[in-house]
Amino acid sequence: MNITKTLDAKGLACPMPIVRTKKAIDEVNSGEVLEVVATDAGAKSDLAAWTKSSGHKLLETKEEDGVYTFYVEKG
Amino acid sequence: MSEQKKTNIILFSGDYDRAMAAYIIANGAAAYDHKVTIFHTFWGLNALRKDEKLRPSKTFMEKMFGKMMPKGAENLPLSKMQYAGMGPKMIKNVMKKHNAMPLDDLISMAQEQEITLLACTMTMDLLGLKEEELLDDIEYGGVAAYIAEGEDGAINLFI
Repeated sequence: MNITKTLDAKGLACPMPIVRTKKAIDEVNSGEVLEVVATDAGAKSDLAAWTKSSGHKLLETKEEDGVYTFYVEKG
Repeated sequence: MSEQKKTNIILFSGDYDRAMAAYIIANGAAAYDHKVTIFHTFWGLNALRKDEKLRPSKTFMEKMFGKMMPKGAENLPLSKMQYAGMGPKMIKNVMKKHNAMPLDDLISMAQEQEITLLACTMTMDLLGLKEEELLDDIEYGGVAAYIAEGEDGAINLFI
């Protein structure tokens, strides 16, 4: 997987992970992959819902020691 | 993408926690690319007040109202557990620990995300609030301004 941009959203609480993700995805091109790293437990369902409704693709989600990593392909 | 969706929130309450909920939803909706408007009416107007000593010309009653109402987002009381001001101090401490954004930051974030902050002019008159006492770069309107946005809103909330 080719990661174009990484967003560090660790330690941020709702609604910041999604607000920052939206800003970051605006800065990449269609088809490119944004990596988002977050620690907010709500981010898991938030990111999934957000990518679905805003036309992007959630390629993969990883969870390790309370740190979530998401790979979002811009639609 | 399809036509831009709209989220409209009426903030009637002047409680810190309720206003926080309103602004979190607003910022979230903006991240969903919604066109977001928050209509501030009655006590919700206090969230928009500047925390400054301003002396606009006012009647006696208006001055009294101005003194009795909280000045700005960070001075709003809690809807529960106010405990003469201890409650807000405690919750802000906990918020810091959990990295939750305080209300004034949520409002700046909303403005940064181009959320329309609208103040109801009729209730401003009732409460004696003047434009110079409220935050810069906000809009002013009445019920028609809300209906115009609300009639095709995907989300409409009254908080």
